[in-house]
Amino acid sequence: MTQPAHSTVDVLANFNRQALARALNLLEDRRPNRQAQALTLLDTLSTLPASAHVVGLTGPPGVGKSSLISRLIEPQVQAGRRVAIIAVDPSSKVSGGALLGDRGRMQLPGQVYARSYAARDRLGGLSREAFSAVFLLRHCCDVILVETVGVGQSETDIAALADTTVLVVQPFSGDLLQFIKAGVMEIPDILAVNKADNQELAQKALADTQAALSLARRPVPPESAAWDSPVLAVSATTNLNIDTLIQALGAHWQHLQATASLEKKRAAQNLEWGIGEIVHEVGQRGLAALGGVEGVRAAWHQQPAHWSVVRKLSVLLEDVQYRTSSR
Amino acid sequence: MDTDRSEDKPPERLQDRPKDRPWVMRTYSGHSTARASNELYRLNLSKGQTGLSVAFDLPTQTGYDSDHALARGEVGKVGVPICHIGDMETLFADIPLGQMNTSMTINGTAAWLLALYIAAAERQGVEPQALQGTTQNDIVKEYLSRGTYIFPPEPSLRLISDVITYTVKNVPKWNPVNVCSYHLQEAGATPVQEVAYALCTAIAVLDTVRASGRLDAAEFTAAVGRISFFVNSGVRFIEEVCKLRAFGQLWDELTCERYGVDNPKLRRFRYGVQVNSLGLTEAQPENNIPRIVLEALGVTLSKDARCRAMQLPAWNEALGLPRPWDQQWSLRIQQILAFETDLLEYGDIFEGSTVVEGKTSAIKNAVWAEVERVTDMGGVISALGYIKEQLVASHTERVRNITAGDHTVVGVNKFTETADSPLYSGDSSAILKVDEAAERDQVARLQAFRATRNQAEAETALSGLRTAVLNGENIMPASIRCALAGVTTGEWTQTLRDIFGEFRAPTGIGGAAAARTVNGETAQELEELRTRVRKSAATLGRPLKVLIGKPGLDGHSNGAEQIAVWCRDAGMEVVYEGIRLSPEQIVTSVRDEGVHLVGLSILSGSHLRLVPEVLTGLRAEGLSDVPVVVGGIIPEDDAKDLRQAGVARVYTPKDFEMLRILSDMVEVAEAAA
Ligand code: B12
Ligand SMILES: Nc1nc2c(ncn2[C@@H]2O[C@H](COP(=O)(O)OP(=O)(O)O)[C@@H](O)[C@H]2O)c(=O)[nH]1
Ligand SMILES: [Mg+2]
Repeated sequence: MTQPAHSTVDVLANFNRQALARALNLLEDRRPNRQAQALTLLDTLSTLPASAHVVGLTGPPGVGKSSLISRLIEPQVQAGRRVAIIAVDPSSKVSGGALLGDRGRMQLPGQVYARSYAARDRLGGLSREAFSAVFLLRHCCDVILVETVGVGQSETDIAALADTTVLVVQPFSGDLLQFIKAGVMEIPDILAVNKADNQELAQKALADTQAALSLARRPVPPESAAWDSPVLAVSATTNLNIDTLIQALGAHWQHLQATASLEKKRAAQNLEWGIGEIVHEVGQRGLAALGGVEGVRAAWHQQPAHWSVVRKLSVLLEDVQYRTSSR
Repeated sequence: MDTDRSEDKPPERLQDRPKDRPWVMRTYSGHSTARASNELYRLNLSKGQTGLSVAFDLPTQTGYDSDHALARGEVGKVGVPICHIGDMETLFADIPLGQMNTSMTINGTAAWLLALYIAAAERQGVEPQALQGTTQNDIVKEYLSRGTYIFPPEPSLRLISDVITYTVKNVPKWNPVNVCSYHLQEAGATPVQEVAYALCTAIAVLDTVRASGRLDAAEFTAAVGRISFFVNSGVRFIEEVCKLRAFGQLWDELTCERYGVDNPKLRRFRYGVQVNSLGLTEAQPENNIPRIVLEALGVTLSKDARCRAMQLPAWNEALGLPRPWDQQWSLRIQQILAFETDLLEYGDIFEGSTVVEGKTSAIKNAVWAEVERVTDMGGVISALGYIKEQLVASHTERVRNITAGDHTVVGVNKFTETADSPLYSGDSSAILKVDEAAERDQVARLQAFRATRNQAEAETALSGLRTAVLNGENIMPASIRCALAGVTTGEWTQTLRDIFGEFRAPTGIGGAAAARTVNGETAQELEELRTRVRKSAATLGRPLKVLIGKPGLDGHSNGAEQIAVWCRDAGMEVVYEGIRLSPEQIVTSVRDEGVHLVGLSILSGSHLRLVPEVLTGLRAEGLSDVPVVVGGIIPEDDAKDLRQAGVARVYTPKDFEMLRILSDMVEVAEAAA
């Protein structure tokens, strides 16, 4: 295996956007030799701190996720943070193609790196490529804003990736609130009711959303990790409460650190993602071949600590192949 | 045999009733500089044209001075640059504004250009009360189709309302707004969509005016009476007759019911027209003349629904800008129709036709249903995204039907055999070429103007403008003071940009329906193409990802939208960010997104500047291996230059077979891998 030149890693860690783009192209490349290079690159990077705050914004199409991200960028750039954006759009089931239009809704200052992904065969969720991109970017910048389309159950992917999940809704989002009430949807870390430039509607929406949250079945979190999800009325159009939203993001990030839950959360997410990918690739039978969820968990923990999660997964997938074919 | 008494009566003819007055005849024109355009206007008037229709260049329309970085290469190209009162005075030198009827296609900066017009008239000694004409001033269709918007919807509606409330009191013969359905049809709208969305726009405008509280009841009624329309007329001219009858009846009902206008005269549907240009072809361009004639019938045949003003495109519409002779040919069409035929001698010839009545009421019903849907969504502004998606979907349908041969276009997908044309040989000689020196000349004169004006006066006027805007005063008086003080178009607009911010309109492509089952052969071709795209992932290492870019101030989005939607339907991953991007922005997107191919769409005539800038930018980012294809209005001589500069392929309107273009794109991307 060839080691990526250390200079490449340095350049990436310095948020060089030309190099980042090339690295992300490589992560997507399915040709075997490129995949090997990609894994090596990720391994090398995983020795660096993964210090970026990964913020996921999810919600139905048209609620203003891209517009909100656009508003979140400037203050962060002003504050000297290196910002990366990953935007995911659904793929057409008929053709497999996708229209990636989110960056068009964003004001992108020159210092920002932004890339769009098609969900491909994941229902409105995140493709492996998008996950890998975030895994890489975590080592290269300060904030990663991830936009995914989510309605109901299909946005669970983002919860397995983001440190902080923001659910964006708009006035008249009754269906979505039903999902929360019914417990179908996990409770986000922050709930943003966008388009609050319309005062009257926004007030009503706030009330509905709060009611839905309080009715939702919440698993009782360990004392120390308790976090009360705030509900914020915001407007991407008028910039209303964008500062409050940024504060809430910061508060949640602080909270994760103060309660030492970031590492745990990420470890759990990574495993959850790994299992999801295994099921996606080789189905329940493949999972069973690895000894089910428990087997994967055990194997995952036994793998060398310096492996990137993507390598962990790919080794497990090779393992399944080996086991199912040698039967 | 019984003799019918009526047979004794001669048919109603000229001798019995006065011939109707013909509509105002205009030609949409302007280019290079104010001086060159003034000459053109005087020439046109001498040929019997009865009004003026000013085409502004894109910097003027989007609020940039001729020496702004974003104006480079666009000055004087598709219209006349007007930066200050000096330009406006030159434009109308020796044209008495008190007698002229001037239509100005101006929207984002409408309040400002009207201020300049009023100021220039004042310098000619003409009172505002005497001025006649129109400012287009319809921002909604800019968001939906035309692309020269600047500010977000709310402040834009306020500007429109300011112009209306000001003119109703001070320039009473002015049409402050021309609500446009024309541009919706040019973006693919069906007749029903065209009428419905225009009515929704009129509602948004009048509701804003009413809510402004600036007009008393009588003045508001007068304002309703001043609203005019700018419509389209396609080659299906019988349906167009019905559409316009429906439009008129709906407007009458709406103004009566919603705005309580009792006086039927003030409820009259007054409209000007530019006939359909989207259907005018590059192949066998001489066929456009019969198309234009038939389209003109749609807005003239029915006396009750006849246009007040008309401008016709030229036979070489799809080739590039028309020359004076080309425009003259189109003016002659109008004159023949009005003065040689018997068109103006009869009452409404459709009276009593059950066929026309039936079609008219079917259109009316469908329009009402769509207006209600938009109203339920909170009105035209809240529904912008929805409406844009509807337009893109309709246009996709149209393109699909032409590609599949379901919609006949003579000389394009049927009867394509042709003898050599004595009119057009395929080179670049049959269009107007704007002198490249015009931009330098304009910039030099602008800078001289700035250097000699009273700087303190200009600054005072600008700060007065700022105060007026912030205090919610009508913007017109402060703008007229700015005009007289020598403020420039860029300064006026920047002042407002700083306060209002800017806007990006929805692209409408996200929701556009995937290509529905097209008929036999085309469906199969599409399936084959999808397979080909899927397979290309093996060569490319990952699914084919392309970027469709619109550099420059160009607002023609149809082509880019269609290419983007069809690429998606062929299975590609498509990055599309909408119109008006700088070459730098496009290069950044290409880099960040890691696309395999870049497709640029340019119809504004600025391709020789913009494309090389993108190519240079790509090289600077180490991306010279990413192939670039270009489409739009690109004369063959320029296409050669572009290919020489490294462009892989160039497409123009004659390349109507979408699937062939797409399969080319796959080939180009694979070859570069
Ligand atoms: C429709 C139209 C409009 C519509 C645009 C609606 C919209 N949202 O797109 C409206 C009415 C708004 C409009 C306005 C104007 N227009 Co106009 N318009 C046209 C018209 C009639 C058709 C263009 C079109 O949409 N065709 C349909 C699409 C599908 O075809 P297409 O874009 O050519 O794309 C095909 C190929 O070219 C190619 N292609 C194009 N792009 C790409 C990209 C890629 C990657 C690939 C692979 C292929 C490809 O593939 C497509 C498939 O067939 C043309 C004349 C004509 N008949 O071509 C004038 C024309 C383009 N307009 C013109 C002008 C001047 C204007 C104005 C600037 C006038 C003014 N002074 O204000 C305004 C302002 C617009 C602006 N903001 O920039 C001129 C341009 C002159 C020039 N280049 O020298 C033209 C040529 C008319 C003329 N002869 O004067 N316009
Ligand atoms: N009134 C209002 N409209 C908004 C707001 N945020 C976004 N929009 C509009 O909603 C539409 C969809 O926005 P977009 O950011 O693309 O939504 P996304 O699909 O969730 O990413 C656009 O037309 C925006 O202009 C807001 O705060 N108020
Ligand atoms: Mg979005």
